[in-house]
Amino acid sequence: MDSTTQKIEHATQMAVRMRKNILRMANAVGGNSHIGGGLSIVDITATLFGAVMRVDPKNPTWPERDRFILSKGHGILGYYTALAEVGYITEIELLQFEKNDSFLLGHPVMNRAKGIEFSTGSLGMGLSLGIGVSLAAKRRGQSHRTFVILGDGECNEGSVWEGFLAAPHFKLDNLVAIVDRNNLQQTGANKDIMSVGNMGAKLKDFGWDVTECDGHSVDKLYQALSTPPSDARPKAIVAHTIKGKGLKIAENNNDFHHGALTQAQLEVALKEISS
Amino acid sequence: MILNEANIKVWSTIGSRATFGLAALELGKTIDDLLILTADTSTSAGLDRFKKAYPQKFLDVGISEQNMMGIAAGLASEGTTVFTATFAPFQTLRCCEQIKVNLGYMGHKVCFVGLASGLVLGVLGYTHCAIEDVAVMRALSGITILSPADCTETVKATLAAASHSESVYIRLTGGAKAPCVYKSDYDFQIGKAIRLKEGRDVAIVACGTMVYESLEAAKILEAQGISASVINMHTIKPLDTQMIETLCQATQLLVTVEEHSIVGGLGSAVAEFKTTLCSPPPQLILGAPNRYGKSGEYRRLLETHNLTAPQIADSIAKRLKQVAPSESFLRKNHEIPMAS
Repeated sequence: MDSTTQKIEHATQMAVRMRKNILRMANAVGGNSHIGGGLSIVDITATLFGAVMRVDPKNPTWPERDRFILSKGHGILGYYTALAEVGYITEIELLQFEKNDSFLLGHPVMNRAKGIEFSTGSLGMGLSLGIGVSLAAKRRGQSHRTFVILGDGECNEGSVWEGFLAAPHFKLDNLVAIVDRNNLQQTGANKDIMSVGNMGAKLKDFGWDVTECDGHSVDKLYQALSTPPSDARPKAIVAHTIKGKGLKIAENNNDFHHGALTQAQLEVALKEISS
Repeated sequence: MILNEANIKVWSTIGSRATFGLAALELGKTIDDLLILTADTSTSAGLDRFKKAYPQKFLDVGISEQNMMGIAAGLASEGTTVFTATFAPFQTLRCCEQIKVNLGYMGHKVCFVGLASGLVLGVLGYTHCAIEDVAVMRALSGITILSPADCTETVKATLAAASHSESVYIRLTGGAKAPCVYKSDYDFQIGKAIRLKEGRDVAIVACGTMVYESLEAAKILEAQGISASVINMHTIKPLDTQMIETLCQATQLLVTVEEHSIVGGLGSAVAEFKTTLCSPPPQLILGAPNRYGKSGEYRRLLETHNLTAPQIADSIAKRLKQVAPSESFLRKNHEIPMAS
């Protein structure tokens, strides 16, 4: 196996373990959590943390580390589980998710030692942070990249479009925005509530180097994330995903946007993922 | 920067916004990793010279204040010293949640400058006035609020903010040809109020343009036999509570004066602290009413809201009569013996 194949295989296996951990965490919470949007980004975060990003949990403030910003902060289950895979947090800590005094809240709270670069949760803010970080890297001649995951529902926010305008204007070829295009948002379909339409075409018009791909294919994601942008442009990946992916009862089922997972459902789901 | 009579005169002539631009030149000279961001407001912020002198330290983000505060925080998170500047309503209210989350919650340090706050842009309507900015910023955690009394203090505040430990909102009030409170150098420390005038009967605590008006009001009161202290509360948050406590022990009327709504500003901050004291004196809060009235020229609006020196003096004299109706108060303070 060459190194690329190994990386893809590693990230693929990582995504399987992450999905299992997400289900265990959602069950351990004992109430509702953001299951759907967490599961839709798992293959993206697994590819990033498992195959693409340069990070070192032993040196969490390493200046040349790649930066990750979960702008759709409610997708947190797909973030904490990736951080656990690369060694920032333990599996025991994972099960403290949303418990009193845990540092793993329902939206990320900045904690550099644990690999959490920024606090997010209020939608529409992560891209601008990423632009600031990317500008700082350019000014200092640093070579690290910044990856920002946005939700398609999140793209209802006007501030996101301010960022979409600015990043190409500043020629930030060290910035990657990944839109989790799962077509659902909190109370229904994106097309019914406030359609973002053809995200890829819009971002191309804004001056981004756009790739559209299957957001559950580690292979395709790896290719998209590893290819440098053409010209001095920021890169956008419109990742076509399924909300709740991997938990059959939750797939494209918005009841699991912020839903609960019973013990019986957990046991069935873990078997499904293993098979 | 050289703080001498000639410079103070120039700063006073050009007003607080242009003076901020000159202070920025000093920042450009002394801070390597500096970036000043504007939202298509470089000229309004007096930054045209800065832009030419330090093009690598200037960035225009276009008319996008929310984006500006996110970019500012991202840069600050990497250790860059960041200033932002745009008109006060857009610098505070438009991007309020970005300030809360990025600067307050996460603690990334950004100095953000609200231009032409208060009523100075009255002819443009209340979209361009800011009489709520202090109230809103004060409610956020982790934001220091400075309200310079004049152009010299604008320089002092800008330079002090750059090395302050947390995010700073610098609220610039007044226009060009601004009166001088300070005519020579003095000690400016964030969080430490300055007593400009001693007085026995009334203590006037003011910020921004109202410091000068209060000094003038104190002269008018003096002619009426009322002795007033005047305090420059240039830092609204954190409030110099030690100064307020000291004042409360020695006066029977505490007055706050601000070019801001009477809701949530300096007056509220002082009143909140006074609730922790056992027997504080009554307080008179002078400021703009909590409503959007007719627009108009700056001085006209100040007059409408009773914020000129003679009006401030008049309000104080009237209130003092209410709180100290008998002569006993003034007699006590002036140590005039009782008539036998």
